[in-house]
Amino acid sequence: MGKHNHPYIPNSQQKIKNEMIREIGIKNIDELYADIPGKYKLKKNLNIPQSALSEFEVKRHVETLLSKNKTCNDMPIFLGAGCWPHYVPAVVKEIVQRSEFLTAYTPYQPEVSQGMLQDLFEYQSMICELTNMDVANCSMYDWASALGEAARMASRVTGRNEILIPRIIHSERALTLKTYAEPVGIKVEDLAYDKESGQISLEDLRKKVSEKTAAVYIENPSYLGFIEEQAEEIGKEAHSHGTLFIVGVDPISLGILKPPGDYGADIVIGEAQPLGNSMNFGGPLLGIFACRDDMSLVRQMPGRIIGLTTTLSNDRHGFCMALQTREQHIRREKATSNICSNEALCAVASAVYMALLGPQGLKELGETIVCKANYAMRQLSKIDGVKAPVFESSHFKEFTINFDESGLSVKEIHKRLLQRKIHGGKDISKEFPELGETALYCVTEIHSKAEIDRLAEALSEILTGG
Amino acid sequence: MFKQASWEEPIIFNLRREGRKGHIPPKLEEEIKKAVGEADTLIPKSMQRTSPLRLPELSEAEVTRHFIRLSEMNFGVDSGFYPLGSCTMKYNPKINEQLANLPTIAMIHPYQDESTVQGILEILYALERWLAELTGTQEVCLHPAAGAHGEFLGTLLMRAYHKMNGEDGKRSEVIVPDSAHGTNPASAAMAGFKVVVVPSDEEGCVNLEALKAAVSEKTAGLMLTNPNTLGIFEKNIEEIAKTIHEAGGLLYYDGANLNPLLGIVRPGDMGFDIVHINIHKTFATPHGGGGPGAGPVGVSEELAEFLPVPRITYDGEKYRLDYDKPHSIGKIRSFYGNVAVLLKAYAYILSLGFEGLKEVAEVSVLNANYIMHKLKGVKGLTLPYNSRKPRKHECVFSAKPLKSETGVSALNIAKRLLDYGFHAPTIYFPLIVEEALMIEPTETFEKEELDRFVDAMQKICEEAYNNPEAVLKAPHNTAVPRLDEVKASHPKTMALSWRMFNKRMGEIEVLNK
Repeated sequence: MGKHNHPYIPNSQQKIKNEMIREIGIKNIDELYADIPGKYKLKKNLNIPQSALSEFEVKRHVETLLSKNKTCNDMPIFLGAGCWPHYVPAVVKEIVQRSEFLTAYTPYQPEVSQGMLQDLFEYQSMICELTNMDVANCSMYDWASALGEAARMASRVTGRNEILIPRIIHSERALTLKTYAEPVGIKVEDLAYDKESGQISLEDLRKKVSEKTAAVYIENPSYLGFIEEQAEEIGKEAHSHGTLFIVGVDPISLGILKPPGDYGADIVIGEAQPLGNSMNFGGPLLGIFACRDDMSLVRQMPGRIIGLTTTLSNDRHGFCMALQTREQHIRREKATSNICSNEALCAVASAVYMALLGPQGLKELGETIVCKANYAMRQLSKIDGVKAPVFESSHFKEFTINFDESGLSVKEIHKRLLQRKIHGGKDISKEFPELGETALYCVTEIHSKAEIDRLAEALSEILTGG
Repeated sequence: MFKQASWEEPIIFNLRREGRKGHIPPKLEEEIKKAVGEADTLIPKSMQRTSPLRLPELSEAEVTRHFIRLSEMNFGVDSGFYPLGSCTMKYNPKINEQLANLPTIAMIHPYQDESTVQGILEILYALERWLAELTGTQEVCLHPAAGAHGEFLGTLLMRAYHKMNGEDGKRSEVIVPDSAHGTNPASAAMAGFKVVVVPSDEEGCVNLEALKAAVSEKTAGLMLTNPNTLGIFEKNIEEIAKTIHEAGGLLYYDGANLNPLLGIVRPGDMGFDIVHINIHKTFATPHGGGGPGAGPVGVSEELAEFLPVPRITYDGEKYRLDYDKPHSIGKIRSFYGNVAVLLKAYAYILSLGFEGLKEVAEVSVLNANYIMHKLKGVKGLTLPYNSRKPRKHECVFSAKPLKSETGVSALNIAKRLLDYGFHAPTIYFPLIVEEALMIEPTETFEKEELDRFVDAMQKICEEAYNNPEAVLKAPHNTAVPRLDEVKASHPKTMALSWRMFNKRMGEIEVLNK
């Protein structure tokens, strides 16, 4: 037996290696590396684990480390902000662990990859139904990078280089957008919001939008959880300047909220992690990217798109990658994007999820979420020193809580909640200093009434000096 | 011979039966309903969904069967040999999947208090250190979601570095060899650079003279894959690094082909300043039919300050997320990376250790050279670019003679291989080889499987001379025969979603019942 005979390496047995070495006609494996200058060859052991562990040892070690984490099973966690706790049905997990899907590469050979291709086509199709768009790609890395790509696409389509975004946007999403926009000279400008309602200021929009604007971008629900009600007017205003209208969504809201296609969106992006993907400490995520059936848009789309076709003999339908001439492996530096590996298996999870829930399930789920979130706002706003939500608008599953009147900081309150085994929302006092001591809370179908009540009790205890 | 399942599985929308239910979502408590009223009173009328939502309506059992049947029409590494060159399709250990599905990773939120996520931070911190050590770099950022995302970050780091040196705008060109992966020029262009292509020499390596002529005060850097896409080690790497560095440029390592060098040569030691790693290639995480992967980037000390935030720090007691990095390029995505994928790489390194990883590299090279040796001399195939030189992880044959003598192309060979139960090699890449068949066996297939593959290749080439029709009309044993890929992209017949298909129904005659 060879020194390093390992279960993952069938030919690591010395006897087999010798057979192969003889066959090739060399003396040893080192000869195959003889063309590498000696000075570059490692002469020391690296400072990483030296020897192979048994599977049991690996399992024990990793499980022990992970057990230091506290999960939303251990305590209620009221965090959202781009990654949300939702229930993932058992069927979803089962399907994405099928090794025919899990261990396949990109479906470059369609005849032997029909399963994955049909999965992805169905994912694209269901995203189109949910958003009321015509074309969707089979995924981007996440919402933030999808926004970056959407801005670049809008700039290519319109030949313009300015994009307007809401001031109320996730700071990480805005930063990612700037990273994607800056190298090609796209200028990003904020749209002010109404102090009472949080809604985008139409006045500011009218002031800023012009024949130089490539796109106006809004989110629904907004980053701070409220529904942007003037979506249609914003879209019209954009279109009147030949400007594209981009809408970012949390797709789990679309069982009950108006889909962006109904109010004039040209491009829809968003985060599909809620549709059947676990939080996983923030990754992998699943960026949505969809647009209208307009070839000037479709040809500029980034990412992989699966199309329906027929066999050459024309007697059966089938699926293959479409419009590959936009992509990097064909177009190289002129490609619409460099994206290659994407989040395909997460898209499969979402397809299974959408198929399971169906229109009725997504509607019920949306109703449950909006009711629970509103219940939480009501219970919390009863507490002295608490304002929930900050904005007088309708909220879907996230909402702001302001603690200014309590005299305590979000940070301090968070600390005291944690002592009571409750994880509060995200501290946004640095992202939005103008909102004072404010946190962003998230309530979904997994939060029970008892947990929400416990949160309210704990907060009231803390704020009354408990 | 192989025979793949061939279900005539309808598109899921056609299985719809109004009112069927696939899942009962968690229920709303009656008390809440009483307290807040009906949901439609909580949303302004103008923003409520009024258009029907045409999603499938199926029972749980039907959904399961539909997707299981589809899975039976897909081919993964667990199905058979998958020699897709430059993609490193190696076995994906099952224990890693089990670990990545534990609630202690699946159910943690990225914004949780640091004190409640010490376990995952410890794992990510250690993985950063190990990857830095394996690549010979100083600091590693785990954020990129894929190799190309890592390349984008890498080229942004080049910009940041030159800007810091007061050369913003001046350093406008990134050089890539003509054998480079398509993502290299695409990434450089995304970061705003002009792409300058340098040719390969007769040995398949970067043409040094051409490189020297291409560098100038405009050079921001060179993106290089080593071993290159022919599987050949760039013998002049020292001279290449010197040329780029003396011109003031940075050297970028495309890690797609890192597998054969693990524990043997480190990119950092060869002079590379920026290195990306394809976790889903070298570190055995599954490709998932196109992702999710992970593309961490390692950098030299002088580039570390530009990496995206947050950085994971450790003070000997606690792991923290540090956002206070004034020179950081900012963010390239949300949160900290594809953590569930990265965890699998962590477990993989533990399962092999330094000694095992070295073995991975050596056996991957042994396997590639074994296949190359056995295929040399097969009538119809040639091995361009110095056929006596050992390859590393992959070898690239040309089917040009076969095509001119029999009409059977690399594409036809690829399709015929599917009939034998093998995935096809990468074809028509690199672009510098005509009728290219790029074969990467990896270390995880046994000699017997390699022999079966070689036999199949020999038989197919013989068939090409004796019975070309069988090859030209392949595949015969897959879920579907050859597809009309032109139709899928033609403006008149294009159907990129179910609704688009329905709109254009008249255009495609054949559809599913």
